[in-house]
Amino acid sequence: MTPPGREALADRFPLSGPLPSDERALTDLLLEPVQRPAGGARMALLALAAFGTLALFGALGWTFAIGVGTWGNNIPVGWAFGITNFVWWIGIGHAGTFISAILLLFEQSWRTSINRMAEAMTLFAVANAALFPVAHLGRPWFAYWLLPYPATMGVWPNFRSPLVFDVFAISTYGLVSLLFWYLGLVPDFAAARERCRSPRQRFWYGVFALGWRGASRDWERYRKAYFLLGGLAAPLVVSVHSVVSLDFAVTQVPGWHGTLFPPYFVAGAIFSGFAMVLTLLLPARKALGLENVITKRHLDSMSKILLVTGLIVAYSYGVEYFGAWYKGERYEAWTYFNLRPTGRYRVDFWLMVTCNVLVPQLLWSERVCTTPLLLWPVAVLVNVGMWMERFVIIAVSLTQDYVPSAWADYSPTWVDYSLLFGSMGFFVFLFLLFIRWVPSIPIVEMRELRAEHRHGAHRGART
Amino acid sequence: MAEFDSEDAILSAARLLRARDGIRLEAYTPYRVEGMREALGHSRTRLARAVFWAGLAGAGVGYAMQWWTSAVDFPLDSGGRPPHSAPAFVPIAFELTVLFAALTAFLAAILRSGLPRLWQPVFEIEGFERASIDRFWLKVGVHAADQPELAQELTRAGALRVVEAGGLR
Repeated sequence: MTPPGREALADRFPLSGPLPSDERALTDLLLEPVQRPAGGARMALLALAAFGTLALFGALGWTFAIGVGTWGNNIPVGWAFGITNFVWWIGIGHAGTFISAILLLFEQSWRTSINRMAEAMTLFAVANAALFPVAHLGRPWFAYWLLPYPATMGVWPNFRSPLVFDVFAISTYGLVSLLFWYLGLVPDFAAARERCRSPRQRFWYGVFALGWRGASRDWERYRKAYFLLGGLAAPLVVSVHSVVSLDFAVTQVPGWHGTLFPPYFVAGAIFSGFAMVLTLLLPARKALGLENVITKRHLDSMSKILLVTGLIVAYSYGVEYFGAWYKGERYEAWTYFNLRPTGRYRVDFWLMVTCNVLVPQLLWSERVCTTPLLLWPVAVLVNVGMWMERFVIIAVSLTQDYVPSAWADYSPTWVDYSLLFGSMGFFVFLFLLFIRWVPSIPIVEMRELRAEHRHGAHRGART
Repeated sequence: MAEFDSEDAILSAARLLRARDGIRLEAYTPYRVEGMREALGHSRTRLARAVFWAGLAGAGVGYAMQWWTSAVDFPLDSGGRPPHSAPAFVPIAFELTVLFAALTAFLAAILRSGLPRLWQPVFEIEGFERASIDRFWLKVGVHAADQPELAQELTRAGALRVVEAGGLR
């Protein structure tokens, strides 16, 4: 028996709108975005995103040519925009893995129509995130020093440092996300190989389908591998952001040094990631005409996760403050009770509280959760709030730590802003190319879901 | 090769033929059909076992690498911690466990299925492309003498059409 509330939800917001019952027509519908050229609005957005991409790579080139002195970083604020962007982007990626892996293991069927886009978002976010620590090295051409290779000096990386954990965590995460995404795509490329009209598309989808033929033995292996990748990605995602949080937690900087950090960062990561999924999905669903595939039910479910993780983040803020008060450590008390709420960066702090704690409370309303025009601003504000959270934790804590003579303010330069907004442009650029070139709704999983429903209905009729 | 238009039809045809001697079955379907493996009489995939061992190897390699480099080859005093600082070696050992296991899962699924191979003999069959869209194909490997009889049987079992495809294993 389904609980009454759940049944009512399924009635009010069915998982899919009216879709063609014929499998061939469904495949064509889901392949429509890769067949039809993008309209003017999308091309304009692409041009804007391409401009952002240029700004990003221009600023990176400037940084590499002249040095990190072009950034606003100073001593004591050695970590500022660069690391903030890194943590923000990597956190955004986590929702994609959460949707595709954790919801896969829990057999949440509503994940099916959104997981491909969420995984793509993960990949692009990780690609962005990985740029920043490397750029921040100062001499990025020595990045390979972080890897254990037999150097002539005989030294090895310091494996007790969370910064070295990061190298392994992020590269594993990027690679596993790519494998998971591509494995999911192989049978869909096979469908695209058969149904696309232009010979060029048939050729390239054929190449990427690797010669998939859908033999039963292959399906058995494929499903098993897909589930195992999901099972591996789920703890991986928790480990990655825990490791990222250790970069801060193992130091003695007031405002960084907290045992709460790993779970707090993981919750924050999923929170910001779901906000980004919504930020991308709401316009994409409208532009591609996928309202019957990505339904109000999906929006409602994602909003609920956004609300829950938002509450965890709010609770973590509370615990941080409780800790600062209860420990009675004056430097930490200064950071939490003077520097953040009343200091020079108070606007960033209060923006963080507003966007991450107050704004998500709107999601208690079902109308907000299911109306794209109301939900989108909430999602965008959460993204802003989460960036502010990272900035407040990372840069603001560093401006004033122990000895007042070592205090210094921080202000970003044009290179910092170009890197931040440029990376957003690059992200949107990659996402736009993805929805144009790659089947963005998992076709095969939709078929499986429908087969399951048919059987469910069949069984229901018999009993 | 016989073409079917529903998973129920191909499942019942497979179950019908499975018990016969000297028949090898394989099905080509647009999605994974629940119960198809049992209907064809195939054994379970051993992929999970390979992934488990690969994960264990990853953990071993990861931990041994950190132990050897930090405690044996170049002991590095970092804040007075012991050269062999076991708790600090856990995260990287874990990441490598996942990395090895995931690579194995992916490669096993692709390579054991004979991919990448852009051209497959079955692609030569007229209309086979619908196996990736909405049709279900059953491959029955038999001796030439039994073929006409079998074709009739498959048609009775609900096959839309039966195609003879010589040379296909």
